[in-house]
Amino acid sequence: MGRLKFLLLGTYFGIVLTKAQVISWYKIRNMFFFREPDLYLIIGSGVLVGALSVFLIKRLGLRTAEGEPVNIPGKVLNRGTWAGGFLFGLGWFITGTCPGPIYAQLGSGELWAIFTLVGALLGAYFYALLKPKIG
Amino acid sequence: MWRALLEPWPWYVAGPLIGLTIPLMLLLGGKNLGISSSFRHLCAALLPKSGLAYLRDYGWRKESWNLFFVAGLVLGGILATRLLTAHPTPLLPPGIHTVTGALQLLGGGILIGFGTRWAQGCTSGHSIMGLSNLQKASLVATLAFFAGGLTAALIHTLLGLGGRHG
Repeated sequence: MGRLKFLLLGTYFGIVLTKAQVISWYKIRNMFFFREPDLYLIIGSGVLVGALSVFLIKRLGLRTAEGEPVNIPGKVLNRGTWAGGFLFGLGWFITGTCPGPIYAQLGSGELWAIFTLVGALLGAYFYALLKPKIG
Repeated sequence: MWRALLEPWPWYVAGPLIGLTIPLMLLLGGKNLGISSSFRHLCAALLPKSGLAYLRDYGWRKESWNLFFVAGLVLGGILATRLLTAHPTPLLPPGIHTVTGALQLLGGGILIGFGTRWAQGCTSGHSIMGLSNLQKASLVATLAFFAGGLTAALIHTLLGLGGRHG
């Protein structure tokens, strides 16, 4: 099992993203142009279920399948949070895709998503280059 | 029932199932949901001699669960489309399958990779996982994601690009 369970968890997430149509350019554009509420409702209900789960996990002191305490490291709030977030938002609109859906699009047979993936890897590389300067 | 499964799933089914990924990852995997770290991972694995601290300091061998997870995303896409979809519809507009379109995806992809790494997360890591944990940084990041996307939509409209690929 070990790492294979992450393949299964990823498969679950990939199926749900695909069936939710979150991996469709058209749904992303409809969200940003306020043509339909679907994606806002998907994110909203997803967070509701996620938040309730995190609350219960903490409240009941649940442990992982391996018996470890559940660890949720916080993320630092800095300039990159909003500046990087804004740049990602631009890319989200331009490609009609966010990171998870890039992989699911490839699986769904939309091979042009390889350009989005190569771009994202280049972007991460540029960030690695600039990190000493921008934090 | 089976027939409904083959159609797109409505938001009230899909949204909660996406949210369920959070406890599944925490309890079964002991990990926080996040996808954009895979970009760092792949860069670190592909460029082991880059000498860049951001890639060098990342133990990609130790974090290989990350790669298994995104491989699962690809597999999930295959299964959902091949077995669970009655009428597959295009995911990207037809006009994108050109050289210009490829450059558009490449350029937008660069913004995605650079932006998500600078912000330390994407829609999964911040907008789903981080918000579920009521983290302030994730709220700021999510607002910034939408500020960026809506700004692009506004520019798109002002430039009258609406007709191109919707």
